[in-house]
Amino acid sequence: MAENRGWDEFDAGAILFTFNEKVDNIATTLAEDRPYSSSSSFTASVGDWRIEKPIFNKDYCIDCQFCWIYCPDVSIIARDKKMIGIDFDHCKGCGICVEVCPTNPKSLLMFGEHLDDDECLASWPEKDEKEV
Amino acid sequence: MAEKIDLLETEVWDGNMAASQAMRQAQIDVVAAYPITPSTPVVENYGNFLANGYIDGEFVMVESEHAAMSGCIGASAAGGRVATATSSQGFALMVETLYQASGMRLPIVLNVVNRALAAPLNVNGDHSDMYLGRDSGWIQLNAYNAQDAYDLNLIAFKVAENHKVRLPVMIHQDGFMTSHTAEGVKTLQDEEAYAFVGDFKPMNAMLDFEKPATYGVQTEEDWHFEHKARQHNDLMTKVYPVMEEVFAEFEKKTGRKFDLVTNHRLDDAEVAIVAMGTTVDTAMMVADQLREKGIKAGVMGMRVIRPFPFAKIAEVLSNVKAVCCMDRSSPGGAPGMLYNEISGALYNSAKRPVVTGYVYGLGGRDMTVEYLKGIFADGLENAKAGKPTTPLQQFIGVRGPKLNFL
Repeated sequence: MAENRGWDEFDAGAILFTFNEKVDNIATTLAEDRPYSSSSSFTASVGDWRIEKPIFNKDYCIDCQFCWIYCPDVSIIARDKKMIGIDFDHCKGCGICVEVCPTNPKSLLMFGEHLDDDECLASWPEKDEKEV
Repeated sequence: MAEKIDLLETEVWDGNMAASQAMRQAQIDVVAAYPITPSTPVVENYGNFLANGYIDGEFVMVESEHAAMSGCIGASAAGGRVATATSSQGFALMVETLYQASGMRLPIVLNVVNRALAAPLNVNGDHSDMYLGRDSGWIQLNAYNAQDAYDLNLIAFKVAENHKVRLPVMIHQDGFMTSHTAEGVKTLQDEEAYAFVGDFKPMNAMLDFEKPATYGVQTEEDWHFEHKARQHNDLMTKVYPVMEEVFAEFEKKTGRKFDLVTNHRLDDAEVAIVAMGTTVDTAMMVADQLREKGIKAGVMGMRVIRPFPFAKIAEVLSNVKAVCCMDRSSPGGAPGMLYNEISGALYNSAKRPVVTGYVYGLGGRDMTVEYLKGIFADGLENAKAGKPTTPLQQFIGVRGPKLNFL
């Protein structure tokens, strides 16, 4: 985070700039390659109010990208149309990714924030035969 | 390309038409507006110009004044020249967004055609709405007549949009007395007027895709104070130099001179009236009449209400013995704003004149020549006595037993 500056040491109007420099073709630049400034939330951890976390089980994932497109906080990490995981610095634990996941059993499930990830995966439910 | 209008050297316009013609000449990118009496014709005329091809910009019809100013804020942050108009209840509904506009340092121009605030409901002119906006962080310019309304609109864009300033500006004119009274208004041709205002130069535009900016951030106890201090500093130190530069340029172009305060025969005056709006013009006429009888009367008009020209006021009133402050807004359980603020500016002055206050003209009640003569007479008694000979707050023109407080 930016240091505590005096009243005469910042841009008027409480304006924050997303990038440190002028950008070009930002839509085709991967997030990690963009020159995000310290006032952009990209570099900040803003997921600390999460009380439930989504756990991703790649054994069942069909890479449909539903979670990626529905996530309101751009916290689903995907590359080349393959689901990779979750950005826990920005995920607020809303559960929308779990809700829209179409596999059986789901490839994303909500667990308590305090639980161990491996234990969560170990307790994954079986296929629900009634739902087919 | 917008069509041009060939204007006569002097047009017969009311204050509303004067404002809308200046807005047309400034070639605004976005006007978002919700018309309300008595400012309705500003928006109506502007819409007419647009429909007839005299304006290239966008006109956004919205569902309330809150939305009107919100639309202006969005458009201004996006990076365009923006203006609107309102009055009274509409202004009151806009208040929340007024603070947003000034806090985000957006150079929006707002024509406020002054009108009373309900209850009881009233469509006529007083300064209640203008007073409501005085802590909002906007620059407030005050027109005494339709000519001023035209001139100050052109001046307002140039001051607001200057990158040293970047603050929104209100131009106040009296509802009906100025807004609906046809007067001779000296004009600039479209090219001249636009050349004076100049092209809009964006600064930190939200829609600059190479350098996108975030507007409307949240700051708590660790940052909020610094941002407010910055805004206050810029109001107090950045506005006057730019404004005086723009006034000088305007005078060079038109011969019409504006100052931070209007000094009418104050240099050797014993008694002064301090007023705003149409009352300034009337009081100047009365002062001239009294001068013919050998009474040393003068008038100070508040051309710039915010930022409050504290030092300038102390300077122009430095030799006056008595000052009568005219507040056209119900003070709501306090002395009037002008009484308080003028007293503040004069309290530490060497000669410290006697200051008294008058509340008048609420809901469109007339301020007459006779009343003004009476107020000058009060002031003259105070000047002779060297102390107040009347109550400090009087109500002028109200029916019933005399109201005296303080």
